[in-house]
Amino acid sequence: MLRPVCPLGAIPRGEAYRWAIDPPVAIFHTDDGEVFAVDDTCTHQDASLADGWLEGCEIECPLHSSRFDLRTGQVDEPPAKRPIRTHRVEVIDGVVHVALSDLEAGRV
Amino acid sequence: MLRIAIVGAAIAGFNAARALRRQSFTGEIVAIGAERHPPYDRPPLSKAFLTGDCSAPDLALADPDEDLDVRWKLGTLAARLDPANRRIVLDDGEEIRADGVIVATGARARRLPGADGLANVHTLRTLDDAIALRAALLGARRLVVIGAGFIGAEVASSARSLGLEVTVVETLPTPLAGPLGTEMGALCARLHGDHGVRLLTGVAVTRLIGAARAEAVELTDGTRLPADVVLVAIGARPNVEWLAGSGLDISGGVVTDEGGATNVPAVVATGDCAMSFNRHAGRAIRVEHWTHAFEQPATAVATLLAGSRRAPDRPDVPYFWSDQYGVRLQFAGHREEGDTVRIVEGDAEQRSFLAVYERHGRPVAVLGMNQPKLFTRWRRQLRAPGPVPTAAP
Ligand SMILES: Cc1cc2nc3c(=O)[nH]c(=O)nc-3n(C[C@H](O)[C@H](O)[C@H](O)COP(=O)(O)OP(=O)(O)OC[C@H]3O[C@@H](n4cnc5c(N)ncnc54)[C@H](O)[C@@H]3O)c2cc1C
Ligand code: FES
Repeated sequence: MLRPVCPLGAIPRGEAYRWAIDPPVAIFHTDDGEVFAVDDTCTHQDASLADGWLEGCEIECPLHSSRFDLRTGQVDEPPAKRPIRTHRVEVIDGVVHVALSDLEAGRV
Repeated sequence: MLRIAIVGAAIAGFNAARALRRQSFTGEIVAIGAERHPPYDRPPLSKAFLTGDCSAPDLALADPDEDLDVRWKLGTLAARLDPANRRIVLDDGEEIRADGVIVATGARARRLPGADGLANVHTLRTLDDAIALRAALLGARRLVVIGAGFIGAEVASSARSLGLEVTVVETLPTPLAGPLGTEMGALCARLHGDHGVRLLTGVAVTRLIGAARAEAVELTDGTRLPADVVLVAIGARPNVEWLAGSGLDISGGVVTDEGGATNVPAVVATGDCAMSFNRHAGRAIRVEHWTHAFEQPATAVATLLAGSRRAPDRPDVPYFWSDQYGVRLQFAGHREEGDTVRIVEGDAEQRSFLAVYERHGRPVAVLGMNQPKLFTRWRRQLRAPGPVPTAAP
């Protein structure tokens, strides 16, 4: 189910928006104008990826610098071992909509 | 090189093994570790592990999907290094021959003289220490923490969230004045009071009262603090005594250049045990932070495999974090006496701010309290290549 989250205009390119649902979701607007949604909490320990460093389609965790590929959720650099969940995004009439993943959330 | 030995099997030793494989070393790797546990992560020991929010399996460093092909010799101490014969003698009598050696023996908690043998007096460095401390806290009402450094503060915070009455005693007038300076040290120390923990500063411990157990902690001003559990958190010492007689320079840690090379060929050192030249600090320092032990082994491995001294492309800008009372502190850079500091964002009263340390008007370090996003930007700027101003004489 697609749920409206926020206007795309509210997230400048290169920035992130933390959608405070449970568990929280981070929405990234890349420099190239792409939009990605992933679980906000790093799978390593306790940090919000929306606070991290966005470069291309990769997000670096602000605590211990794990890197995740926003397209697949895969770990590009440790210490994280487990991928983050990715969620489907559609921008409809300038509004970011997200369909949450069916996979079980959390540190599995 | 056909065989490389890693001594010390914690984060630095584990990442040295990982770096060897990433840098295409196909020979044999033997890793010797004194602890019986497979390599694990220490920082949660004073935080989520102590509060019960994570358990021992969560701390494992190994990734089941990654085969590093290492022969782990755990529960074994390296007793002696004999570089002339390329051999390490273990405490069980075995001898390991190796063409290259990576020293990653880290550090151990400093003890309080006269406290050994008292059943309820703890230090915190290892998983076994943390298991014992957690068990003790669960049955206790009053904790006295000796030392208001990062580990002392984190344990105070964890114990408080478990419902204990906590008192922290610090010899210095201002906690954390060394790493953070007095102004910022004082701001961070306010977190104790915010959360109902009593902080006593500028006062030292004279003795622990009690025979088999410490019943109270006596201070220089005569105060007696009754205690069910005492944590001694007064810093760490590098594990380098086993290298005596090896020819390695071990004054204040294993002395290395910026690339991890020691004064002995084919022996490099990294992590908490190493006293390494640091370009950002402008001198040799012993960095005792996780990120250093996580990142620097790759540099030491490159030096070892190259077989000659080499400087890394990028300076290592020290970084650490600390989680206390639900507040995240992050610090990057290196502060020296005489540096000035000012808050550039946020508000100390709100327990959310970013402070920048400057030397001759140039930023040399940054401290964030609950400011991860802004902090990350500043940290990246500090890491950008460029000369660091020298400290005031
Ligand atoms: C409770 C706690 C909390 C921490 N929290 C933080 C934090 O929040 N942020 C942060 O940045 N840093 C933190 N640190 C610091 C961080 O954990 C260390 O910097 C890091 O563990 C250093 O790794 P290392 O591998 O160099 O050494 P160590 O972790 O000390 O490991 C060295 C290993 O070598 C073994 N060894 C020693 N001598 C021998 C020998 N002769 N033969 C064989 N093995 C030997 C030891 O038993 C040990 O297992 C914390 C440390 C502790 C103890
Ligand atoms: S919490 Fe993200 S890398 Fe550790």
